[in-house]
Amino acid sequence: MNIIVCIKQVPETGNVKIDPETHTLIRSGVPSIINPMDTYAIEEALRWKEKLGASTTVLTMGPPQAHDALREAISMGIDQAIVLSDQKFAGSDTYVTAYTLALAVRKLAPYDLIFCGKQAIDGDTAQVGPGLAEHLGIAHIAYVKKIEEIDQERAVLRAQRLMEDGYEVVDIRLPALLTVVKEINEPRFPSLKGKMRARKCEIPVWRAEDLGGEEMMGFGLSASPTRVKAIFAPPGRGKGEIFNGEASVMAQELVERLRAQKVI
Amino acid sequence: MGIIIQKDLCTGCGACTSQCPIGAIKVVNNQALIDETCILCQACLSVCPTEAILLQEEKKLRPATEGVTESIYEGVWIFGEQRHGVISDVVYELLGEGRKLADKLGTHLWVIVLGSEMRSEAEKLLHYGADLVCLVDHPDLSHFHDDSYTGVLSYLIEKYKPEIVLSGATAIGRSFIPRVAVRVKTGLTADCTALDIDPDQRLLLQTRPAFGGNVMATITSPFHRPQMATVRHKVMKKAVYSDAPKGTIRLETVPENLLSSRTDVISLVKDLIEQVNLADADIIIAGGRGLGGPQNFQLLQDLAHTLGAAVAASRAAVDAGWIPYSHQVGQTGKTVCPKLYIACGISGAIQHLVGMQSSNTIVAINKDPEAPIFSVADYGLVGNLFEILPSLTKKFKEAL
Repeated sequence: MNIIVCIKQVPETGNVKIDPETHTLIRSGVPSIINPMDTYAIEEALRWKEKLGASTTVLTMGPPQAHDALREAISMGIDQAIVLSDQKFAGSDTYVTAYTLALAVRKLAPYDLIFCGKQAIDGDTAQVGPGLAEHLGIAHIAYVKKIEEIDQERAVLRAQRLMEDGYEVVDIRLPALLTVVKEINEPRFPSLKGKMRARKCEIPVWRAEDLGGEEMMGFGLSASPTRVKAIFAPPGRGKGEIFNGEASVMAQELVERLRAQKVI
Repeated sequence: MGIIIQKDLCTGCGACTSQCPIGAIKVVNNQALIDETCILCQACLSVCPTEAILLQEEKKLRPATEGVTESIYEGVWIFGEQRHGVISDVVYELLGEGRKLADKLGTHLWVIVLGSEMRSEAEKLLHYGADLVCLVDHPDLSHFHDDSYTGVLSYLIEKYKPEIVLSGATAIGRSFIPRVAVRVKTGLTADCTALDIDPDQRLLLQTRPAFGGNVMATITSPFHRPQMATVRHKVMKKAVYSDAPKGTIRLETVPENLLSSRTDVISLVKDLIEQVNLADADIIIAGGRGLGGPQNFQLLQDLAHTLGAAVAASRAAVDAGWIPYSHQVGQTGKTVCPKLYIACGISGAIQHLVGMQSSNTIVAINKDPEAPIFSVADYGLVGNLFEILPSLTKKFKEAL
């Protein structure tokens, strides 16, 4: 069985603070991390690798430093990693990102299962997973909170899909793509052996010409259907009112304020 | 192609360096320089006080289909999501917004409904401003499947060529709408908080938060049609009811092969704990590390019960095992936008803020006056939440 995990290296927005006056980003250093949701995707791939004896590959599209994220995945136990990196990929929106990943996944065929995190913490769109499945022509389930079983013979997987009011148990035909949510597992810490392996591991870099999609669609910003027209600071919330003192007095004042504002 | 800084305009003020989310800009000898790690996000362009930063394009955008001009696409569409035979609330909000957009464009507003025995729900939609409800009514569509819904909606888009398609950013919408966008080869913008029309080019201006809400971006799809966008529940205002609907229902049939899917729904398990549907809640009471233990969520439950509110939690409380993940609000949990959000014992780390900072009114209760949560709170109560919460419950009971 062949499992592919698509991950993204993102700026750690946790270190990003908003300057309350200028509403601009203040950063102390720019650590890049594996998109948090993707660590659950990596872990799920490893669990099924252990259960079914699958081989695993981790894939990312990003700037050259993105191989750091891949090494972390390898240190957790993923067998091999590939980074898609080319200046031509810069500025890709979700459509083109999914397309570029699809070209790479096709080169890695045959595959049975693709795991993605639900969404990335910088873009927040959750569009690349389903978009990738569509480019590949395979089925997908989004927001998987648990995989109940994988029947390799019938090539069917049973998963729990998170909905607003609960979850659905869904059977899906393989090959398939799943986007996973945090609830699905507890990602493991890399072992010492894993870290050593990751340090030595060779990670091929695939460029635009290795993927061969330029004649068909093109890459990067110029091939993206969506464009950024403007970026601006969100409107400030304004200063709030702070209360101190006795609990019941504060409570009374708050209730009065909220009633006056017709919030309740 | 890339982002360039015009040397004669750059004063080396460095405003752009802090705006760059990946630190690609440095000031050297009083000039800002962008290095090759630039991801073309364009966050720096608007912050430069001398407008020295430009996006330079070498190639003109290639349209998705050569020879097809944008002008043959007409109409504003709303995907009329239904669950268990009932049209979802978000659809009524999209109708409100869709009507404004359609009027600005001087075009029609349709709702596309996929389901089974949806006739009476479709008629209801006509009372909320729809000019036409395009109904594909078939037993195979009663339940959501990515394949069939993608196939049917894409088929209709290609048949009727709307210029705008809006959908709720719900579990269903976020799953299959990205597939539709790829199938019909167009752009999609997720979680829009504002929509408007640029009349000169009939462009949909799609505004949404980026980088966890620290930055707002306005996105367009200049050369691809339809322009697609998703909107979260409770962001737009619901359409106004009209006693005299003028629209019609069109029953649409589609090729049989579009109705099959590679998935089977075996069962549906509803959440046993009530008040977990955070997306629909008008009031949310959230608890964090300051609660100290799972039993103290009872204090929140009491207050929530009084207010008819939903209970949520920060990541710290969920990771500690005090409450299930379905209640988690924040970067790796849910994003909510209720009328009132009361954060109890939550410090307000940015990862939590990005999940709730667009709530209408935010109240924070924390014993630490320096807690970052107070920077986004409209009302901050500094004190012991174990005293404040019961007091609040009592006072709300008296007031309501």
